[in-house]
Amino acid sequence: MPTGTFHLNGKSVEFQPGQSILDAATDNGIKIPTLCYLKGATPTGACRMCVVEVAGARSLIAACSTPAADGMEVWTDSERVHRSRKLTVELLLASGNHNCLPCEANGNCRLQDLAYHYGITDIPFPITPQPHPTEDDNPFIIRDFSRCILCGRCVQACNEVVVNRAISYGYRGADLKIVAGTDVPYFESDCVFCGQCVEVCPVGALIEKKSKFMGRSWDLKKVRTTCPYCGVGCQQWLHMNKDGKIAKITAVEDGAPNKGRLCVKGRFAYDFIYSEDRLTTPLIKENGEFREASWDEALDLVADKFSELKEKYGPDSIAGVSCARSINEDSYQMQKLFRSVIGTNNIDHCART
Amino acid sequence: MFLCIGTNMTEAHPVAATFLKNAVRGGAELIVVDPRKQPLVSFATLHVPIKVGSDIAFLNGVMNVLISEDLYDKEFVSSCCVGFEELKDKVMEYPLNKAAELCGVSEDMIRDVARRLAAAESCMLCYTLGITEHTCGKNNVMSTANLQMLLGNMGIECGGVNPLRGQNNVQGACDMGALPNVFPGYQAVTNPDARAKFEKAWGVEKLPDKNGLMIPQMMEGLVDGAVKAFYIFGENLANSEPDIAKVERELEAAEFIVCQDIFPTETTRFADVIFPAAAWCEDDGTFTNSERRVSRVRKVSNPPGIAKPNWWIFREIAKRMGHAWASESSMEIWDNEVSVLAPALVGIKYRRIEDDGLQWPCTHEEHPGTCFLHQDGCFTCGLGKFNPVDWTPPAEVADDEYPFVLSTGRRLYQYHTRTQTGRSGMNFLLPEETADISPADAERLGIDHNERIKVRSRRGAVEVKANVTEQIPPGMVWMAFHFRENCANWLTNPAFDPDTLTAEYKACAVTVEKL
Repeated sequence: MPTGTFHLNGKSVEFQPGQSILDAATDNGIKIPTLCYLKGATPTGACRMCVVEVAGARSLIAACSTPAADGMEVWTDSERVHRSRKLTVELLLASGNHNCLPCEANGNCRLQDLAYHYGITDIPFPITPQPHPTEDDNPFIIRDFSRCILCGRCVQACNEVVVNRAISYGYRGADLKIVAGTDVPYFESDCVFCGQCVEVCPVGALIEKKSKFMGRSWDLKKVRTTCPYCGVGCQQWLHMNKDGKIAKITAVEDGAPNKGRLCVKGRFAYDFIYSEDRLTTPLIKENGEFREASWDEALDLVADKFSELKEKYGPDSIAGVSCARSINEDSYQMQKLFRSVIGTNNIDHCART
Repeated sequence: MFLCIGTNMTEAHPVAATFLKNAVRGGAELIVVDPRKQPLVSFATLHVPIKVGSDIAFLNGVMNVLISEDLYDKEFVSSCCVGFEELKDKVMEYPLNKAAELCGVSEDMIRDVARRLAAAESCMLCYTLGITEHTCGKNNVMSTANLQMLLGNMGIECGGVNPLRGQNNVQGACDMGALPNVFPGYQAVTNPDARAKFEKAWGVEKLPDKNGLMIPQMMEGLVDGAVKAFYIFGENLANSEPDIAKVERELEAAEFIVCQDIFPTETTRFADVIFPAAAWCEDDGTFTNSERRVSRVRKVSNPPGIAKPNWWIFREIAKRMGHAWASESSMEIWDNEVSVLAPALVGIKYRRIEDDGLQWPCTHEEHPGTCFLHQDGCFTCGLGKFNPVDWTPPAEVADDEYPFVLSTGRRLYQYHTRTQTGRSGMNFLLPEETADISPADAERLGIDHNERIKVRSRRGAVEVKANVTEQIPPGMVWMAFHFRENCANWLTNPAFDPDTLTAEYKACAVTVEKL
C-alpha cells in the first residue's frame, strides 16, 4: 500500500497506512509522551497523556489509538496540548500515594519524569486516599495499589503479550482497580508469576520484592546475560548494585529470542548463587566423611587416580558426564580432557533426555 | 499452523509458549497432541488426547490419510525426498481403524487432523521430551520428520521439526562434542580425517577411534567393573535417572567418583572427591539455545570460597596428567579452539555476539547466522530420506497388577532436582510433589483432592499428595522429579531406546493406593 501524507506540527510528513499518529510521529522524530502505551499491544487510549490537537476535531485526541489519515493536521506541541497533559499528570499525582522518597521506582518512574518535565511543584487537587491495601503475601511481587495509576499496561502485557490472562480491570468508575481473577491475590489467581506486569509498570505500583532496598535505580549497573534455565535462552539484564549483588532481573527489550519477556524462573529464581549451601572448597572423602582440601591436593589425587586406572585397566575404564547447564566452553574442555588426555570417548551428557 | 506433540510448552518453555499464544491470537491454528489436557489446550483449535506412547500409530494414521486422500505435497516429495514408496507401504499398514484403536482417539479426529494439516499453508511442528523419552523415542522423532517432509513443511521459516531443548545448554553440550560418538561440531570419532584434525589441533598422537559409552552403559559398567572411575559434572543422577534404587546401587559400586558441582546433591554423597565450581554469573561463556543461537553469558560475581571455573578445573587435571593447554579463558577457548574446529561455528566469535547471539550454521565472520535449516528443500544430507517406522508399545504397559500408566515431566515452578529453584524462593509456589490423577479414578478409588496416597511400580513406591485434576485422563498418573522424597524416578522404568539409550520416563505401569 502507498504511504500517506499528513501535517505534523506544520510540516508535511509520511505515514504507513494503518499507523497511529503516535507511531507516525515517532518515525518522524517527534516524541509524544505516553504512559499506557505498550508496544505490541492494542492501544487503549486510557491515560490521555499522548493527546494531540487535530484540526477540525472538537477535543484533543489520543495519538496512540487514532490512526493517521491523509491530509490530517496534527499539533503535538501546542499550548492547549501542554495544558491538558499537565492537568493529566496533576490528576494522576492526586490519585493516590505518589511520595517518591520510599518508592522503589524512584528514578525509574515515568510519572515522576513527567511531573518534573511539566514543572509540577504543587498538586492543585485534594489527594485521594486509596482504599485497597498493598498485597505483599508472596516472595516475588508487591502490588501497591496506592501507587497504581490504572494505565492498564500490566493488563495489556498479561493478556496480549504473554497471554497468561490472569489480570484485568475490575469494578467501575471511581472504584476501578486492576484485579487478578475475582479480585484475589496473585497467589490465589491464575497468575503464573512471570512478572511481565512488573516489567511494564511505569510507576512503583508493581515491584520485584527481592529488589526492595537492594539499591536505588541510578546506582544499578545493567549487565546483559542469558538465562540459566530452559532451552529458550532468554536475554536478561542483571541489575547489579554497588555491592556487586543482583538487585533484580529484567528482560532485554527487542533482544532475540525473547523480545522483552521472561518467565517466573528467569525473572525471580536467580539468588541460588548466593545460597549458604554453596560448595566453597574441594572436598575429599575419608572414612566415609568429607574433609576440606586444597586444590592442589584434590587435583593431584584425581589426576593420579585417573593415571593409575588408565595404566591398570585402560582409558575406557574412566567415564564422564558433562553438564547441560554449564557453558559451552566447559563441555568443550571436559570432552577434550577425556579424548586427548585420558584417551577415551566415554563422554556423554543428558542430551537425549 | 502449529502441531505441538509431546510438549507442555507453557510450563517447560514458558517464553516460547508466549509467542505461540500470540500467533494463535493472531489467527494461527493450533493442534495439541497430548494425553493430558495441559495448559496449551485452552488455546488449541483441536486437542488430540492420544494414549501415552501411541505417537507413531497416530502419525502413521495421519500420513495414511494424507496419502490415501492424495493430500500430501507431491512436488516437495518428488523433488526433495527419497524413500516415498517405502513410507507409503508402511503407513498403508495403519488404516484409520487400526490407528484409532492404537491411539485411543476417533478415526474422524485423525482424518480431521490430516485434512487440516494439508489445508494449512505451512505448519510448524514442535515437540519436547514427550516424543523422545520413550523406548521408541528415535522412531518417534523420525515419524515427525516423515510427516513434515510429506507435507512439504521443511526448509521454510514457519515449518520444520522443532525440538524444544529441555535445558539451557543441552544444544551446546551436544555441539561441543560432549557425546560418545562425535568431536565438537558433530565430526565422527570413527572418521580418520576427523581424528587427524583433532590430533593436530590438540597436539596428541592418537585419539580413540571407537564410540564411547552412553550414560546408562557407563552406569551399568560401574557394576560390572568395566568402568572404574566416573566423573560427574553438574548432574544429579541420583534423582534424575530412572529407577533411583538402581542408580544408587550403580553409584555405590563405583571404585572412584569425582563430582563437580555448585551444591552438595544426592549424587555428591557418592563422591570420593568433590570439586566446587563457579555457577552462572560467576564465569564468562556462552550458551546455545534450542534455535542454535549462541549467546553470551557474563560474569558479575566471584565464585564463593575458593570455587573455580569448570574449564579451569579440567585444564588443571590435564596439566597434572602431562598436557599443557594454551587457552586461559572462556573467550580464548571459544575463539581459538571451538570456533576454529567446528565448521558450523567458524563465523561466531565473542566480539560478534556482544548483543544478540548468532544462530549456527555460521560459516564465516560476515555470515549473519541461519534462522532455519534445509532452506528451499535443500537438506544437509542432500535429499530428505523418509524413514518409515512401526509403532511399538512402551516397555511396560498397564496390566491387572499395575493398572495405571505413569508419565512424568517438569512443572513450571521448579526446575529438575531443585538444586537452584529450591534455593530461590520457588518452594513458595510449589512446595511439594503431587500425583496428578483424573476425577473419575479419584472417585472410583475414593480419593479426595490433596489426600496422601501411595503410588507403586515394580521398582518402588512413594507416598504423595493426590492432585485430582481434569487435566489427566482416566487410567493415567502424572508426576515430576523435582522432590527427592516422592520423586517420580523411584518408580520410572530403566528401559531405554535401543539406539539413543534415552529412558522411557514417559511410560511405566503403577498402582494408585489409598493409604
